[in-house]
Amino acid sequence: MTQSGPTVRLYALVFAALGALALLTTALAYRDLGIFNSIIALLIAATKAALVILYFMHVRYAGRLTWVFVVAGFCWLAILLGLSASDYLTRDWLPPPQGFPW
Amino acid sequence: MAEAQAAIPPYQTPLHRQFDALEQQHEADTVGMWVFLGTEILFFGGLITAYSIYRSIYWRAFGEGSRHLDVMTGAIMTLILLASSLTMALAVHSAQSGRRRKLVLFLLFTILLGAIFLGLKGYEYHHKWEEHLVPGARFHHQGPLARQVQLFVFFYFALTGLHALHMLIGIAILAVLALRAALGRFQNYTIEITGLYWHFVDIVWIFLFPLLYLYERHA
Repeated sequence: MTQSGPTVRLYALVFAALGALALLTTALAYRDLGIFNSIIALLIAATKAALVILYFMHVRYAGRLTWVFVVAGFCWLAILLGLSASDYLTRDWLPPPQGFPW
Repeated sequence: MAEAQAAIPPYQTPLHRQFDALEQQHEADTVGMWVFLGTEILFFGGLITAYSIYRSIYWRAFGEGSRHLDVMTGAIMTLILLASSLTMALAVHSAQSGRRRKLVLFLLFTILLGAIFLGLKGYEYHHKWEEHLVPGARFHHQGPLARQVQLFVFFYFALTGLHALHMLIGIAILAVLALRAALGRFQNYTIEITGLYWHFVDIVWIFLFPLLYLYERHA
């Protein structure tokens, strides 16, 4: 009960991984990868966030109820990002309706 | 009952009467903190959504703005904040087993690393002020994209400013906890729940660093 969480050794390993990923994302920013620059940067950030959440924040060792609340927080964020993007990114897909602007 | 209570170590958060067991109370504490963090995800998420939409429209100007930021400073700040998360995790680890001296030490380390982060942030802000890159009447930028670059630095100050405010609040809470722990009054769950907040602020920076500093660097 009192020892719910990783060992000191695992904490150090997670920190090493986080540091390595931070250096990797910085180095990759100077290479021209086209649209993949942003995608890879965000994937690395998401990986780092997952490591922090699972190990530093002990969610990996938490019960299902905690998982529901953690996942819900990011689901709301996905709705916010997804619905906003579905508007702004699709605005020029169709021509404006007849008589626009009203 | 009296014997069962005597077996509970003094640093153990006591069982409040609305709960049946410590495990249940612990889960309620954790879930409650995550509900708050859910609102924080959306708080920063709203600004990040707005930033992303404007960046997709004015990507050239946002690249120009991003190149005004110093990647080296940003990368060092990232490593410092990640290290502060490690010391925070170790503080929680010490609190769980009631090692008071280690707990105080790791809390102080976390505060120190957080303060160094804020110091670097202040140095950056000062630099932006000198370079006339603070949005407002003093803002000055050469070229046709000046207005959109100003929008970028507005987002830079809004996002990093709110993040820095969260850090300040975190440091204040950690200072109180460190003082209480030094006086021998600490409760393991309190340290753990505060740790969740600190790690969350770290996660916000994990996203802010690539979004703000690492955009269009190869150009």
